Amino acid sequence: MTTTTDSQTPVAVDPNLVTVTIDGIETAVPKGTLIIRAAEEIGIAIPRFCDHPLLKPVGACRQCLVDVAMPDREGNVRPMPKPQPSCAMEVSPGMVVHTQKTSAVAAKAQHGVMELLLINHPLDCPTCDKGGECPLQNQALSDGRATSRFTDVKRTFAKPLKISTQILLDRERCILCQRCTRFSKEIAGDQFIDLQKRGASQQIGRFDEDVLGFAPLGDATVGPAAEDESGRAFASYWSGNTVQICPVGALTSAAYRFRSRPFDLVSTEAVAEHDANGSAIRIDHRRGTVMRRLAGDDPVVNEEWISDKDRFAFHWQTAPDRLTHPLVRDRAEDGTRGELRTASWAEALEVAATALAAARDAGGVGVLPGGRLTIEDAYAYGKLARTALGTNDIDHRARPASAEEESFLGHAVAGHGIDVTFGDLEKAPAVLLVGFEPEEEGGIVFLRLRKGTQAGRTRVWSLAPFATRGLERLDGTLVPTAPGLESEVVDALATGTDEPSLAALREALGAQGALVLVGERLASVPGSLSAVLRLTAATGARLAWIPRRIGERAGVEMGTLPGLLPGGRPVSDAAARVDIAAAWDVTELPTAPGRDTDGILAALAARELRGVVVGGVELGDLTDPVAARAALEAADVVVSLEVRASEVTDLADVVLPVAPPAEKSGSYLNWEGRVRAFRQALESHALPDHRVLDELARHLGTDLGARDGNVLRKEIDQLGAWDGERVAAPATEAVAPAAVAPGTAVLASWHLQLDAGRGQDGEPFLAGTARKAVARLSAATAEAAGVADGGVLRVSTGAGRIELPAVVTDMPDHVVWLPTNSPGSAVRAALGVLPGAVVQITAGTVTTTEEA
Amino acid sequence: MTENPKKPGPIAEMLAPVAGFGVTFANLFRPVVTEQYPFEKVPTKPRYHGRHQLNRYPDGLEKCIGCELCAWACPADAIYVEGGDNADLPEGAHVSPGERYGRVYQINYLRCIFCGLCIEACPTRALTMTNDYELAGPTREGMIFEKDDLLAPLREGMLAGPHPMVEGTEDLEYYRGEITGPTQAQVDWVRERRPDDASLDAAAKATVAAPDANGGTR
Repeated sequence: MTTTTDSQTPVAVDPNLVTVTIDGIETAVPKGTLIIRAAEEIGIAIPRFCDHPLLKPVGACRQCLVDVAMPDREGNVRPMPKPQPSCAMEVSPGMVVHTQKTSAVAAKAQHGVMELLLINHPLDCPTCDKGGECPLQNQALSDGRATSRFTDVKRTFAKPLKISTQILLDRERCILCQRCTRFSKEIAGDQFIDLQKRGASQQIGRFDEDVLGFAPLGDATVGPAAEDESGRAFASYWSGNTVQICPVGALTSAAYRFRSRPFDLVSTEAVAEHDANGSAIRIDHRRGTVMRRLAGDDPVVNEEWISDKDRFAFHWQTAPDRLTHPLVRDRAEDGTRGELRTASWAEALEVAATALAAARDAGGVGVLPGGRLTIEDAYAYGKLARTALGTNDIDHRARPASAEEESFLGHAVAGHGIDVTFGDLEKAPAVLLVGFEPEEEGGIVFLRLRKGTQAGRTRVWSLAPFATRGLERLDGTLVPTAPGLESEVVDALATGTDEPSLAALREALGAQGALVLVGERLASVPGSLSAVLRLTAATGARLAWIPRRIGERAGVEMGTLPGLLPGGRPVSDAAARVDIAAAWDVTELPTAPGRDTDGILAALAARELRGVVVGGVELGDLTDPVAARAALEAADVVVSLEVRASEVTDLADVVLPVAPPAEKSGSYLNWEGRVRAFRQALESHALPDHRVLDELARHLGTDLGARDGNVLRKEIDQLGAWDGERVAAPATEAVAPAAVAPGTAVLASWHLQLDAGRGQDGEPFLAGTARKAVARLSAATAEAAGVADGGVLRVSTGAGRIELPAVVTDMPDHVVWLPTNSPGSAVRAALGVLPGAVVQITAGTVTTTEEA
Repeated sequence: MTENPKKPGPIAEMLAPVAGFGVTFANLFRPVVTEQYPFEKVPTKPRYHGRHQLNRYPDGLEKCIGCELCAWACPADAIYVEGGDNADLPEGAHVSPGERYGRVYQINYLRCIFCGLCIEACPTRALTMTNDYELAGPTREGMIFEKDDLLAPLREGMLAGPHPMVEGTEDLEYYRGEITGPTQAQVDWVRERRPDDASLDAAAKATVAAPDANGGTR
């Protein structure tokens, strides 16, 4: 970019640059730049409301009018007859622009527009949530008239209009800039509001049969959102972004409405903890309480958007069941558990260390850190297990996992640094999703993929039983795949096939930059991850593993898997062990192969292992919650590091409270492998996991050196990635799918973004925007089961049953889909099976009282 | 340099030492301005800035909506407010009309400078100043007045909250002054839940009809 006012200086002219003059300052900007951006770059601010850098120009508010003159064919610079919107007009060579600073015409036009916008604006700034951070308020003050000439009665509407349980609309304040409708149309793709009516009655509203009449809403802020015919609540996972970009206080969220004022809030940059993206957020807090979270601006990760879960779900950190003091449980002589009692840190650590040392010597201690840890915490867990506890029995995967997945992670993920990035998602010509539903499980990944598909660059294919609404909005192509058959389809793609649709997909995956995105769900499909590696090798497509939890990638990199040491070093490699032993200043590391999560729990039940250290693990997330509970009951000692009371702390002998993300500093590792460091937002006495583990190890007679997170980060950085041989690629054979008898179906299941997870506790308004739990099955399967569309379907196994409204969906026969952990549908706890299993389906009755 | 042309004459010079007493003597025959406080309490001017008061609507609901604008306006940082949700109260009860109420309200009279900016800031006229100037106390804690100390007493006929809003009305009807007293439904509601409430009997006698639901201009 070249900026100069001296015409004598010869300037190297880039053919892609356009030279324009704004307020007498000559500047060269790339072709296609909007006038308003060109002005921004030389420090001239033009007032605007509808303009947003990530949305397409619309010129709706007319606040950015400027005087424009352009050369005609003869080269004479001729002014345009009327002021032009600078946010919707691209620069052209030789253009001369006069903003409000140098043109009386532009200034008068802007004053006029501001006066017009304020005619119907209620000017209720003192009671408005936006007051204090409101672009309209600011610009009315800086550029508007001091007094109004409007003497008539202002237009009024009933307010607030409830768009969903979370999003409330105040139409009086709206200036019709259409940022919200453009966001929902262009970015999220789920248009839940739009412009209605014309002229002075023009207003934003939701789609509703009552919309033209605007039937009065009774209780405006509570109650469920309206539902469409599929049973999906009429709401969006991204609706909170419209509140943030609204330039007036027209859109407000029920969770933050009237809670505080922007000038009272203290803001801390932070990182969201609810999915594997590590989106940049801003935590606004006052008097030690988090009041709201906003999207941060990080162009390489989340741009300026975050999901509603990241935005609104933060009360879990201060829930009433938050643990504040160490707790110790005394056992009777026969081993029966007594009640938990409050203890001092010194006592709790001493009790824990003594019991863990005894358990270690009697058989061994397993470690289950959970999948939501920072780099520092995960590293400390791995170090504790391998030094103080002398074991490789450590696995952070608190979900269905497999040895195949571990080899896959060691081979293709660990120690690879940043490979596929968010930027690659929107540029990829072809993206294949295997065992991964971007909108439900990927958070902001969905918006990046949609950006690519909307720009016409990217095509998306998905191996799934049915096309979700998310896939439809990606204009994606469904490769109908029954659960358990993913490996078969991927192998067919890898080896080449005559089937025309698959052949086209295979060809697309051969293009430069094509991506294969796999989710954590594939761990429960034997052979699928091996097949995916064969596919990427055969086509040259790049591979990214996108788990659901923020701590999964950190665990893989920091060695909280039984077969992996930090940096992707295989435990089985003697050189790698020596490497780490030298760094940790120990003589040797344990060599015995470790157990994975299910193995640790089975060994506890069989009393091969005697104790366990558990981090943030919910038993309901594990493969078999009932067996997991029995395993913890059988253990001699359970030490739990938790933020809140849970099923694990109910069984724990020692509970050590740790800090939630807002009360500690640290660094997450997102699925890309990007370090997402964050600072402590709230003052707190709560300790991060690594501090607690350091103290615990000290009582066990080992120094972890994990007291200080910064020191720990230095140690981790010094270790670096492994440059030796990786874990071998998995070569697991696919398992032939089970036969489906009449009256049964194969279970398909994944988590919805908003579900019954404990991270969303205490958020009634957010819960109201969740999709309703339904069972999906094909028309033929429904008919065979005797269930009509909308009727109640009973899905049962020997362990229990789930009854949900059935929705007939275009999907393979003999397959039934249930949400994994939604209200009324806790698949693992109720059915005790994983996707791919055969379950009974019958017509259910809601009124039945008999036991299954 | 010339001498002072107005040099006093000899008589004037002779009386000069006692001339000052003239003021004293003259005042002996004027009315006394000394106030015999605290034995006699003289009323202040009507717009004197005294102790604050949190007002009520005629049906007894509080006017404060917990918006904290008073706290923000306060140049001495003397006011502390925490808002609460009326929706969180059981059985449809309200402390104030509308969505929010002031759950905690404190004014620290060791800090307050009685400038009245809080009164100007209050959007519902909930906060006003009385003429009560007797603000002293033996402890520092005692000088932080809580909501109970600041709330206007229930006038005759007001019904003590929390209780539901007048049926069929919203906060706007309250702001417009269309609520003139408690309704029978409100009295019944309180009688059912707090039969011993001291304000019940007077309120029961003063009930009015709810304003016409269609009377609003919305």
